[in-house]
Parts: sequence; C-alpha cells; structure tokens
Amino acid sequence: MPTNTTSTTTSTTALIGTRKGLFTVMIDDGVAITSAIGFPGVPATNAVRDPRDGAVYVSLDHGHFGVHLHRSDNGGATWTEIAAPEYPAKPVGMVERNPMSQKELVWATQLGWVIEPGHVDEPGVLWCGTIPGGLFRSGDRGDSWQLVQSLWNLPARQKWFGGGFDDAGVHSICVDPRGPGRLVVGVSCGGAWRSDDGGATWDVAARGMRSNFVPDELAFDPDTQDPHRIVRCPASPDSLWTQHHCGIFRSIDNGGSWSEIDHAGPSTFGFAVVVHPHDPDTAWFVPAISDEVRIPVEGRFVVTRTRDGGTTFDVLTAGLPQGPAYDLVHRHGLDIDHTGDQLLMGSTTGSLWWSGNGGDTWTLVSANLPPIHSVRFC
Amino acid sequence: MVDVTFARAFRRHVDCPDATVAGSTVRAVLEEYFATHPMVRGYVLDDSGAVRKHIAVFHNDNLITDRSTLADAVASGDRLHLFQALSGG
Repeated sequence: MPTNTTSTTTSTTALIGTRKGLFTVMIDDGVAITSAIGFPGVPATNAVRDPRDGAVYVSLDHGHFGVHLHRSDNGGATWTEIAAPEYPAKPVGMVERNPMSQKELVWATQLGWVIEPGHVDEPGVLWCGTIPGGLFRSGDRGDSWQLVQSLWNLPARQKWFGGGFDDAGVHSICVDPRGPGRLVVGVSCGGAWRSDDGGATWDVAARGMRSNFVPDELAFDPDTQDPHRIVRCPASPDSLWTQHHCGIFRSIDNGGSWSEIDHAGPSTFGFAVVVHPHDPDTAWFVPAISDEVRIPVEGRFVVTRTRDGGTTFDVLTAGLPQGPAYDLVHRHGLDIDHTGDQLLMGSTTGSLWWSGNGGDTWTLVSANLPPIHSVRFC
Repeated sequence: MVDVTFARAFRRHVDCPDATVAGSTVRAVLEEYFATHPMVRGYVLDDSGAVRKHIAVFHNDNLITDRSTLADAVASGDRLHLFQALSGG
C-alpha cells in the first residue's frame, strides 16, 4: 500500500482483520502512514481496541488448531495469548441436532466471531460472540470466559441454524451506554435478543424482521431471523439498525419492534451496516445484488447512506470502482469512528477504503490486502 | 516414560517442546504434558476434550483411532507424535 513518512495529528489507527493476519494501519487522509502485520498467515477474525484501558484484543481462527485469543497492552507490539471461549461439557445423554443438517451439535467453539468491550462502568468486562451460537462474558480482560448460560439454554436456540456457516453464531453485541448489563445481541440465524439485567434473562428482540426464504407462516418467526449485523446509535440507544439477510430494518424501541426499509439504492441485500454515533437517522450500507448473487449490482461498487431514517438513500460512488468491480463487504467489514466523519471499509477481495467526510468521497488505502474479515477504528 | 513430539507447524503458534512424560494411556500422557505446557491443550484438543478434527496423533507408527476418550494403552519407551493436516490457499 502507498506510504509516506509524514505524520499529522489527523491520522487515525485501525485494526484490519484478514485471512492472512492482523494489520495495524495508521491512516492519514486516506494514506497508510504505517502498516504492521501481526500473526502473519493466520486468519484474524476480529480485533478491537478497548477504549477503557487501551488494550487490543484479537480473535484468531487457526483452523486445525482451533480458536485462540490474544491481548496486547502496547498497541500490538507484543501479544499475550489469553483464554479462548470454551463451552462446558454437554450434559450426559443430551442430543442436540442442527435443525438443517440433522448433524449432532458439538458444544465447542468454532469461531470467535466478535469481541466487544463491556460498559464503561464495568472495567475488564468483555463479551465474545461465537459459533455455534454461544455468548461469552469475561470479567478479567479475557483471562477467563464464561458461557452465558441463560441465552444458551433458551428453548428457542433449538431452532437456530447456520447462515454461511454450518451452525448459528453471535456476530453483533450492542452494549447499551445507559448502564452496565444492558445489551442486544444478533444471531445468524437466531434472531436478536435483549437483556437488561446483565444477561440473567433475555427477551426476543427480532419482532418485525421478515425472512423470505421460509414458508409464509414462518416468515416473521423472531427466533430464526438472520440479521447479518446489528448496530446501535450511542447517542440514541433505543435506535438500532440491521442489515438483514432479507433487507434493511430499523428499530427505535431497543429491539422491541422492527420496521422494514424496502428501498435503498440499487439493493437492500448486504452484510454490513454502521450508524452515525450522534444521529440515529443516518446509517450506511454496502449493497450486493441478492442472496443468490453476492456481487455489486452491475459491477458498480457503491455505498448507500440514509440521513432521514431510511426514507431516502444517497448512492455514494466517489472514489469507489464503478466497474467492473466485484468486491463484497462482510458484516464486520465497515466501521465508523466516534466523530461520525470517518468511515473505513474492507472487502473480500482485499481492498480497503477510507472516507473522512461521511462517505461523500472515498480513498483507496490498499487494493492488495488479503481478504478482509473486519475493520475497526482504534 | 513416553516421548511426546510435535510437528513444526505447531511450534509456530505455541511453545511445545519435545518432552518425556509419564502415563499409561494416550490421555494420561497428554494430560501430563499439558500440566507443564497448559497453552498447548487448546491447540490439540477441542472444548470436549477430543482431538481436534485435523490433528492426527501417532502412537509409535500407528494413528490412534480413539480420538475422544484417548484410552489406548501406552508403554514406557513409546512415542506420541502429533501433526496436522495443512490445506487452503
């Protein structure tokens, strides 16, 4: 990627999780000032910097060697392996089957899909969403993890199934800034769930979402929806957006109900969504043609943006390849910074774009990274 | 005492030196090894304590087939060698 040695106070650092390692990139006005690779050759599923103490966490998918998590207390210069989420033993005699494949569900971590720092008043608390569908909590900066049994034991989990993977997975953990222990989690394909008591109890939070690939009588079953990604507006915590497998939905009551947005530029299909941190009516999406054809419409790679709560959408193209382009942005491949001005977007074909003006224009940071799983501002 | 060795690909990710440890079954030997090298466990066994899907364990010249209980008997002077399938692009 292009680099120079000039550094200014406007530069920002981001964590780029890729199929071939974790890249820590310092970006200044769309130019990569520095780029360092950690864990070269190892798939880095997700990485996050904890704003409370500056620690950086990464979830690695070693494949044959399993899922392993690491923590850095010096910005990625050195790493310490920490505990990985580990499921308890399945009770003797219990048989659970994947409702699609009918294969027995093994209680074992297949993927550490997302790590989220807990509430600001809960130092050391982390959440981790995994495949096959378990949510884990750590109270000690990842030195140990506990399965959130209350969610895992919900009868509705028996209906969950995989979306893109064989088994279900927790990919979105929306911490509520109004107080510790309040969160909404998104599950593919297991709907959305809200807890207001630290995870002791859960209510389904996917009513109004609609699936178009099941029989009509099951279309609105909240337990089996496939929200690809759910995000919360920090300044208006009741405002949630989801890029769902079957379209775009919005909630203004903390997941109590969802309304479908049925038009959004070239397509309402996609994986990623971000919401402006200060304006709940402003959100960004990266469309592809459809479930069956996961490439940009007409080979033109665009971002869509609403600034009026989903009534209208801008189709943002400046700086993005208008064809032929076949980039796809996965659910963790789009991020927004705390100001709402900077966006970062990474694709499955290894392109990374930055915007400093809310997506009006984009700058290609690199076209030669490995396939990108996740991008995250530090 | 049983010799425990690991293929090179393991060493890239976790400190797993060769060792000679006690134990009368595959499980017992591995547990003895993990007692002094606890970080290695998660690279070999999954959450349920079974050998990970793409990890192979040789007992002397034979691949073990009991990959979940690991109850095969081992004798002093035997060797356990662990390696992995590699694939992908």
